[in-house]
Amino acid sequence: MDMLELRGIDKVYRSRGKAPVHAVRALDMAVEKGEIVALLGSSGCGKTSTLRMIAGFEDVSAGSIALGGRRIHELPPARRKVAMAFEGYSLYPPLTVRENIAFALKSAQLSRAEVTRRVDEIARLVEIEDILDSYPRAISGGQQQRVSLARALVRDADLYLLDEPMGQLEPQLRAVLRGRIKSLLAERGMTAIFVTHDQTEASALADRIAVMEGGVLQQFASEKELKGRPANLFVASFIGEPPMNLLEAAVTRTDGGFRLSVGTDMAFDIGGAGLDGEAAKALAGTFQVRIGIRPQKIAVGTGDVRVKVVSNQWLGDQSHIAGDGGGRMLIAVTPGRVAARPGDIVPFALEPRHLHIFGSDGTCLRHAEVT
Amino acid sequence: MEHSSPAGRVFRGVALTLILIFFMFPIVWIFLMSFQTNEQILRIPPRVLFEPTLANYEALISGQLRTAAGNLQISFMRNLFNSVVLSSAAVLLALLLGVPAAYAFARFKFRLGESIAFTLLSFRFAPPLLVLLPLSLYYQELGLNDTYFGIVWVYQLIALPLILWIVRGYFEDISPDIEHAYRLAGHSWREAFTRIAVPLAGPGIAAAGLLSFIFCWNNFVFALILASADKQPVTVGALAFVTASGIQYGQIAAAIVLSVTPTLLLALYAQRYLVEGLSLGAVKG
Repeated sequence: MDMLELRGIDKVYRSRGKAPVHAVRALDMAVEKGEIVALLGSSGCGKTSTLRMIAGFEDVSAGSIALGGRRIHELPPARRKVAMAFEGYSLYPPLTVRENIAFALKSAQLSRAEVTRRVDEIARLVEIEDILDSYPRAISGGQQQRVSLARALVRDADLYLLDEPMGQLEPQLRAVLRGRIKSLLAERGMTAIFVTHDQTEASALADRIAVMEGGVLQQFASEKELKGRPANLFVASFIGEPPMNLLEAAVTRTDGGFRLSVGTDMAFDIGGAGLDGEAAKALAGTFQVRIGIRPQKIAVGTGDVRVKVVSNQWLGDQSHIAGDGGGRMLIAVTPGRVAARPGDIVPFALEPRHLHIFGSDGTCLRHAEVT
Repeated sequence: MEHSSPAGRVFRGVALTLILIFFMFPIVWIFLMSFQTNEQILRIPPRVLFEPTLANYEALISGQLRTAAGNLQISFMRNLFNSVVLSSAAVLLALLLGVPAAYAFARFKFRLGESIAFTLLSFRFAPPLLVLLPLSLYYQELGLNDTYFGIVWVYQLIALPLILWIVRGYFEDISPDIEHAYRLAGHSWREAFTRIAVPLAGPGIAAAGLLSFIFCWNNFVFALILASADKQPVTVGALAFVTASGIQYGQIAAAIVLSVTPTLLLALYAQRYLVEGLSLGAVKG
């Protein structure tokens, strides 16, 4: 069953004397019960606006939101049964940390012992037991963020909204908390949406990731799907570290297929068999496409693409080699060390089956083979 | 600051003393004058040492002003009472109207919002004399002349813009997400305003209230034109000391001391709120 359903959501910010800002466009999204979803995108892509519309601090300009079968977009925030951790923490300054967290439980009318038990439990989870009696102004940003997270997670709600929940934490703690929060959410079957611009965090915590750009939902899928079958050029270039290599290619017809030529020194033959009808038609009707290949799919030391090494970084478990191939920058990732210095000529192998092909409008015409 | 040289410390001490003398002298001198008779005050050269008398205060409190030309009735205590009533009522009304309005201007963007806020501020630009004539004519017609309500209403011209603009700034400094968090926890918009926004802006509201109280207390022209003797505040009442037989400097000084005392005490009491107000910006950490 869908827990949360967003239908045709539009958000337009209008202010006098300025052009209206279309922050979210025609957003459709359904989140299942117990699912953890990440809203991933760069700053200003509409992800926080979406979160705030679900919470009820922003009106929807058009569309509807349903949570657990209830239409909530016209309800006041208090009646939506939604808990939220804010990016700016937003703790109540006159209350101690313990009171801040317990405050969220006030309307639930629990016994005092039960409140204490729940606060202690969640405090242990996010490692803030030792500051429970401090005031928000006396603790660090990272601690405030964990208090804010605890205040949201301690509640009984239909949906948990977490806005950049771990942005201020140091990496080790972030990794630990990610695991704990994920198991807490899973154990209790809590449905959660969190906003992040950190791909690692999105992949580690979320079941599905919604990639947004320019107020438009680009793709809503699992991390594996996003990497292997990106819906368009934006998702392809946004997801993955280091980003996908993208090249302009000219399309010419060959016997039973197409030839994609990059400049004069790279050419890839795509057999017609590997294309579905739509893609073949689209390729036949165009002269120019973008082709993409993941850095991990480029083999170094073999092949016929000769590149001049620009940099060669050993990251402790993999090498990133950036090279110049006929004026085009290519990045390859290999698991071992490579003995190449800047200036050396090294062969790269780019296989046609690893190519993603994108049309001029950015939609994906063909995905790389999944290996 | 802690590591200054002895010379620096001496210099700072001297500078502080000079500034203190400069600002405190008129007040101290008036305080001394209030314990002197008219003859002692007008003596040349003036003396710092004198035999203090409580006659001025006696005259003010009993309402009997003895001058060379005979006994005069003065209603200073009544004036003092009027000042307290008028200023407190004006500030109270301005707080009731101004704090919610300030919240609205800080939180919500609405049509003509800025224009309305600015219009309210512009009441402070116009010299009071500009509005006095039409105002007194209207007041006569409405029957508001010489009523407490009428004067309190006019005092809104002083208190409301001040409160609105100061408190608005304080509300703007509070992250709206704090209220959002409170509302998500199952509370209404009204509760978020009264339990979160107003307490957090408390120091600012206190400061604005205090400031507008002092401005109302010190107002002269509105009350001069719109109030008759029994509704006049001290500022206007002080005119009574300019008598046919001369100006009663001693009584004037005593009257000033008595009329300054309430605002001074209020300011001293509210000081800690003002200091607290300065640390309000640290909400986000």
